[in-house]
Amino acid sequence: MKRGDRIKKKTPFWTELWRNKLLYLLAVPALLYTFVFSYMAMPFMVIAFEKFNYKTGIFSPFSGLDNFVYFFKSSWAWTITRNTVVINFLFLIAGTIFSVALAILLNEIKIKRFVKVSQSTMLFPYFISWVIVSYMLQGVLGTENGLINNLIAQAGGQRVSFYSLPQYWYLILLILNIWKYAGYNAIIYLAVITGLDEGLYEAAYIDGASRMKRIYYITIPLLVPTICILTLMSIGRIFYGDFGMFYAIIRDNGSLMPIAEVIDTYVYRTFKNTGNPSLSMAIGMYQSVIGFILVFVSNRIVKRFFPEGALF
Amino acid sequence: MDNTPAVRNRIDYGLADKIQQVFIYSFVAAFSLACLLPFILVIIVSLTAEKSITINGYSFFPKEWSTYAYELMFSPRSSVPRAYYVTTLATVTGTIAATLITFCAGYTLANKQCRYRNGMSLYFYITMVFSAGLVPWYMISKGIGAYDNIWALIVPSLMFSPFNMFLVRNFIHGIPDELSESARIDGAGEIKTAFSIYLPLCLPVIATVALFYAIGYWNNYFNAVMLVNDKDYYSLQMFLFKIQSEITQMSKMAQGAMRSNPPKESYKMATSVVTMGPIILLYPFLQKYFVKGMVVGAVKG
Repeated sequence: MKRGDRIKKKTPFWTELWRNKLLYLLAVPALLYTFVFSYMAMPFMVIAFEKFNYKTGIFSPFSGLDNFVYFFKSSWAWTITRNTVVINFLFLIAGTIFSVALAILLNEIKIKRFVKVSQSTMLFPYFISWVIVSYMLQGVLGTENGLINNLIAQAGGQRVSFYSLPQYWYLILLILNIWKYAGYNAIIYLAVITGLDEGLYEAAYIDGASRMKRIYYITIPLLVPTICILTLMSIGRIFYGDFGMFYAIIRDNGSLMPIAEVIDTYVYRTFKNTGNPSLSMAIGMYQSVIGFILVFVSNRIVKRFFPEGALF
Repeated sequence: MDNTPAVRNRIDYGLADKIQQVFIYSFVAAFSLACLLPFILVIIVSLTAEKSITINGYSFFPKEWSTYAYELMFSPRSSVPRAYYVTTLATVTGTIAATLITFCAGYTLANKQCRYRNGMSLYFYITMVFSAGLVPWYMISKGIGAYDNIWALIVPSLMFSPFNMFLVRNFIHGIPDELSESARIDGAGEIKTAFSIYLPLCLPVIATVALFYAIGYWNNYFNAVMLVNDKDYYSLQMFLFKIQSEITQMSKMAQGAMRSNPPKESYKMATSVVTMGPIILLYPFLQKYFVKGMVVGAVKG
């Protein structure tokens, strides 16, 4: 084994490629695709420091940090950063608590059929596109014919126009996020719980531990590493808003933007509406760089405390 | 003897436990219902007469039923069949291509013969943590010709995901090395080993990955929003997203032919139902492999 290793190490680059040419050939499509869409994209980032002109393209005249200065001077810089971070943070904390609780409750249910049926229904929203979810939401919250407003009207109250009142929307978005992803996440946590040592529970039964005690002293402590890993991983993504969600739900609704405009939708809007790719690129770069730092740091933390959970 | 599960049933935890049990069952049932009811609402509204919606709003118990929205959707003037065709084409082609690309790369990365596999993993990994953003993506997609045609719905973003590749790689890591060694000794070439020995063994993970891709394609509207202006290449989700303007246009074109006002709400919901259709049909299958794949992906990392 050792000898073989040493011989292999001596083979030059091209010899190694030639020897395993078919094997490397198999990876070529993926390598090429990644090269085109990820590595070739990186040089385009200089656009952020230029005054973009469609004729000269990537070689447009430099304008230094003008685009960044312009962006950070506008009130949007703070608004979209706050919205992205606050909303993702809410999703993360409340979403995790809800999913873990759901998984624990599912684990306590002894009727197999009940578990199976409820799992199937919970997973359903996960497969549905945000566009359809946005119409469901209109059906529930719509001012003229939504379910909630119908109830309010029947009770003799005043119809609430949710789509022009930003104060409700952190909560509404949170509920949507939980509705769509909690079932999925609960199944992951449930898989971890099912994989725990049965012996611990048997012992607890025999010692007469109540349900709450079993959850509190066995299930939760054993789940903590998984929760920590998944949470830290998501913290790395906290600077990225879910474009598919926000653009489908909020669309171009100006009155909700102070609360629900996130970096991703703002980058898109800047690009489409101002026709200024440089400004949009500058904002995108701000997101990429901070996002990368967050991913890097959170992964380091995972590696430090849970070596088996780290990505690199 | 006391260790048997039967012992559990003999222990009586009393009233508190019963109450907890009631709470657990009702909580889980309530959440499941909350997940299910919106779908039922969509289906019912799609079958409600528009007049009934205008007067009473959305309701689980409509006063008057109607299939007019569906008739309209499949009338000759409708763009739904075209959008359906475009989306199905993109989904099928894209999923097959993406799954193949992913399996091949995953196989190479898992193969101990390949000396640069760690370097290649890093090459893919970097793209997972750092992305250049929207503007370069748009310019490159346009530059390679994926703009205003079917390729715009197939190629950009969706055709390869390193995450799925690592899923495949990890799965292959679980298969004993002796297998590829014995195949080599028996004289099977690299390609043959990959496709006739490893591919069948990887079917569970391939099914999962293919489903990830298929759902990604079917539910994607971002590519269409960014790269498609030509209505002929609107995907189903994009069409659904823009349905408001579509209805207004249809009512203009078909004035007089309409029985009444255009059935705006029910039409929207009927299109949603049709869009969800394949997912509902494939659901049992989807669920089986999704749960498996999720567990592989999340727990093994």
